[in-house]
Amino acid sequence: MSILKERTGAVLVLGSGIAGIQASLDLAGSGYLVYLVEQSPVIGGNMPLLDKTFPTNDCSMCIFSPKLVECARHRSIKILTCTELQELRGEPGRFEAVLLKRALFIDPEKCTGCGDCAEVCPQELDDAFNLGITRKAVFRHYAQAFPNAYVIDRGHCLQCGQCSRVCQAGAIDFSRQDETLEIEVGSVIVSSGFEVFDPSSLSYYGYGRFPDVLTSFEFERLLNASGPWEGRLLRPSNLQEPASIAWVQCVGSRNIRIDRGYCSSVCCMSALKEALTARARGPLNMRTDIFFVDLRTYGKGFEKYRVQAEEQGIRLIRSRIYAVTEKEGGDGLLIRYADEAGNIFTEEYDLVVLSVGLQPSRGFLETVEKLGLSLNRYGFCEPIELTGVATNRQAIFVAGASSAPKDIPGSVIQASAAAGEAARYLAGSEGTRVPPVVELPPEQDLTGSEPRVGVLVCRCGSNIASVIDVPKLAEKAGKLPGVVYAGEHIHACSQEGQNKLKQVIREHRLNRVVVAACSPRTHRGLFQETIRQAGFNRHLFEMANIRDQCSWVHMQDPDRANAKAFDLVRAAVARAVRLKPVETFFSEVIPRALVVGGGAAGMTSALSLADRGYQVSLLEKTGRLGGLASGMVQGFRGEDVQEFLSRLIKATAEHPKIEVLTGAEIKNVEGSAGNFTTTLGDGRKIRHGVVIIATGGAEYRPVEYLYGQDSRVLTLLELEKALAGREPAVAGAKTVVLIQCVGSREPERMYCSRVCCTKSVRLALRIKDQAPGTNVYVLFRDLRTYGFYEDLYQEARSRGVVFIRYETDAKPLVEATGERLKVTVTDHILRRPLEIQADIVGLAAATVAPEENLKLAHLFKVSLNEDGFFHEVHVKLSPVDFSTKGVFMAGLAHGPKNLEECIVQAKAAAARAATILSRTHLESQGSVAVVQREKCAACLTCVRLCPYKAVEIKKGAAEVKATLCMGCGICAGECPNKAITLLNYEDPVLFAMSSELCRGSCEDERV
Amino acid sequence: MKGFEPQIVAFCCLNCAYSAADLAGSMRRQYAPNVRIIEIPCTGAIDQRVLLQTFEEGADGVFVAGCLEGDCRYQVGNIRAKKRVKALQKILDETGLGGERLEMFNLSAAMGNRFAEIADEMTRRIRCLGPSPLRRK
Repeated sequence: MSILKERTGAVLVLGSGIAGIQASLDLAGSGYLVYLVEQSPVIGGNMPLLDKTFPTNDCSMCIFSPKLVECARHRSIKILTCTELQELRGEPGRFEAVLLKRALFIDPEKCTGCGDCAEVCPQELDDAFNLGITRKAVFRHYAQAFPNAYVIDRGHCLQCGQCSRVCQAGAIDFSRQDETLEIEVGSVIVSSGFEVFDPSSLSYYGYGRFPDVLTSFEFERLLNASGPWEGRLLRPSNLQEPASIAWVQCVGSRNIRIDRGYCSSVCCMSALKEALTARARGPLNMRTDIFFVDLRTYGKGFEKYRVQAEEQGIRLIRSRIYAVTEKEGGDGLLIRYADEAGNIFTEEYDLVVLSVGLQPSRGFLETVEKLGLSLNRYGFCEPIELTGVATNRQAIFVAGASSAPKDIPGSVIQASAAAGEAARYLAGSEGTRVPPVVELPPEQDLTGSEPRVGVLVCRCGSNIASVIDVPKLAEKAGKLPGVVYAGEHIHACSQEGQNKLKQVIREHRLNRVVVAACSPRTHRGLFQETIRQAGFNRHLFEMANIRDQCSWVHMQDPDRANAKAFDLVRAAVARAVRLKPVETFFSEVIPRALVVGGGAAGMTSALSLADRGYQVSLLEKTGRLGGLASGMVQGFRGEDVQEFLSRLIKATAEHPKIEVLTGAEIKNVEGSAGNFTTTLGDGRKIRHGVVIIATGGAEYRPVEYLYGQDSRVLTLLELEKALAGREPAVAGAKTVVLIQCVGSREPERMYCSRVCCTKSVRLALRIKDQAPGTNVYVLFRDLRTYGFYEDLYQEARSRGVVFIRYETDAKPLVEATGERLKVTVTDHILRRPLEIQADIVGLAAATVAPEENLKLAHLFKVSLNEDGFFHEVHVKLSPVDFSTKGVFMAGLAHGPKNLEECIVQAKAAAARAATILSRTHLESQGSVAVVQREKCAACLTCVRLCPYKAVEIKKGAAEVKATLCMGCGICAGECPNKAITLLNYEDPVLFAMSSELCRGSCEDERV
Repeated sequence: MKGFEPQIVAFCCLNCAYSAADLAGSMRRQYAPNVRIIEIPCTGAIDQRVLLQTFEEGADGVFVAGCLEGDCRYQVGNIRAKKRVKALQKILDETGLGGERLEMFNLSAAMGNRFAEIADEMTRRIRCLGPSPLRRK
């Protein structure tokens, strides 16, 4: 243990895309100091570029920005933008990192984001982010960027100094120098993300020559409301609406000629998403065609998305593209392609979108060299087999698209897993490096005291003051009932402004504060922190947004802007005098996890947590550990699964902190996050703070293709076992046929089981290894060997495995005629029935959810999707969390995935669970719903509606569990008797505000 | 009623609609100053009584703006709000105030432009309808 104590409780995270941010939040949330290093001036990576995200079509920025803000605010996350790693010295657990921080001429701490600098900058440039729309040399990457400061593009800045002269915040200083920083960290996470393939080298696509040929990422900007044309879908060539758009798949992916053999994994779904979005934005009957090779919609919910896309009229064309050319005369693009049968066609489009592949980001290679990491043949830092996140160097982990092309949930899961593994390596050092909690003065007791409101009106440089008469507004505010002080400040948010606020709070004995300035979204937290430091409850604060929602949007009508600003201030004061302090509620956390399911995922989660020092109870319904993996022989990268599994079982069984309970069944669950009590079938009670559901899955028992009737028809797992055991019937087979999508992608199971294509290709290769003369046929619908598994597909084809595509209206027929099995399939190229005499038929049977999931869902108050798998709170950004706090999921319980993916998710679930277990108490968040018991009729409306299961009926009345309540107020809005109210948003507060907002104009009219 | 300037109160959820209004600001997108926003955590928190009372207080028009359907930060708040707004529109029609004075909108945080359009659209609509009969004289 003495060695453990010396490890440094800090982690270096390289790259601030969604993976880096998730890893940082998970680490900071469980007691580690994080240095989040980003080469560019803003954090966020590629996600802010996107318009929507599949398969929910959520707005990318909407779902991401709360995470950005949380990351920016976290006291244990040090964000270093414009910074690069120079050197990593020392040993695992005690590294020293040398960082180079490039000088930013604009101090992000001082910059208020007003934009005066960009206004005067004489240097106009093309904006790479927005399709060549111009920007200045001093600019902001996008409106919601964090840090929300302007930056100077040093390569293009003329250093004319005009910006520094107009900057009223004094934030610009050209004399700032680069700095070298040395930091101590115990572990490193590489999350450098991806960049997209540049298709200009493939001249036949016409990219760079024809303005209406775009990459998929440029198209995202075009769709985005904050993009070049505010989300209007226009052709760059003539700014007209396109009537037809084509997507070309696999541009820079699955292309062995340019040594980019891998599948980029995300492009099929993103093309479907872009086509759906375009249809919603464009003219009626717009043609949206996708030219593809195999449509790889293999993730959770993806297959249904494909069906939906086709129903909405998106045409999917299985084809090979020869060239994209311009129509004679220039207006329109022609795509020349061959269909499957080799017939050549030409079609015309207004826009062509190239679905470009993903590749490791540019700065990544240098970083990798400094860290001494090995890369795969495509330059990705592929993790060590069956670890999901480990690299060739101890204590250095990888997450996100640096490891392989992957989608957002895949990156988020891997990031949590990497954070968990870093924390596991540094176990015992948590809490040693994080900044101390600032001691705060006790909160003033306001019982019986009259409201004394102070109003601070901000000039925001000239952003507010150029439209609003700030002195007059302050003067009028000073006369409002309850207001004892009103003043102005040039930048209320600056350090100086904060000090002034503290001073007036003291001098005027304020107990409420209103700041009339910008948006509470960005600045409320800052002011609340200040007033809390000044000694009163942080919720006795209100903002009037007189910049974003007044001076900026009504600059052409100053009179009415001024009237509105006063209305907004009056409403804010009306609310402020009615505000009540919000109590923070605490509830105890029991430092034990319950893991349900003793398969590979369950054991991996249990070990992750146990190694970090938490007690774990692992429940397995059968008599032994191992789960579905017990029946597997080889992993997707050739790993010996049984060897891996026996090590895992041994480690689990022998771990002093893990209690394994086999033959266990859950009878009842009580309590909530931090404090659950689970009763088992034998009456035993376990108290635990969190639960991880890892109930696994099963291989579907087919009713198709003579399965169960003929012993030569096997499922893939059975076939694998028989091959490993060299069973004569299999080992001696001259011809083997593998049929894909048995039970998957069917009306009753409209999902792709994700693993079967790769598994089949693996088995085909195995058969070729054991008996090279064997004929192997794979009958498929779309071959979905995503990511680097595409290499296996290539190999199989080059070694003579025959792939034949079939359609659902002409499924293969398996007949037991004579000595062999006759398989009839309609060949997709010849379009004629083909007969294969087979000795063995292998069925790629679906992965199905266990039935007991339903029971567990009821017990833990969580939900299942219609396929019986557990339903996460957010498909993209919280892929292992449930909306019920304290409950997490891992492995096949979440949906079909391979062993390695199960392991990553299991580590991620453990890391998320540890963010609760590492605390002694849970705290309530802000305003919560409050019940007046005497009014409550226990009608259950609130219990039914609460998305977080925070309300229950106790002794005849509703009771809100404050630590679970998220403060949405849905219960309050619906309560028929108004027994529930949302604190500080009660009806009288809203009445008072609307009354002020409506009165102003009346008065003006009277004048 | 010459020179009638409608007063419109907008209840906007912080996560999406309020953010969209902020974005309209960042974009300096100009719109009718008749609209005044009250920030709420989620449109699901809005009781019908609050909307009615806002008319009582003298609003000529009221709108509730939440996340896009399916995108609600709190999962279903905007769907609940939609139901309430619909029901209330009926009541407003029956009482003669007119259901058109109340509307529900859905928009994402990236739709700054759309927010401005909504503000202009509502202002135009209410201007045509004239002052609310409940407006304090």
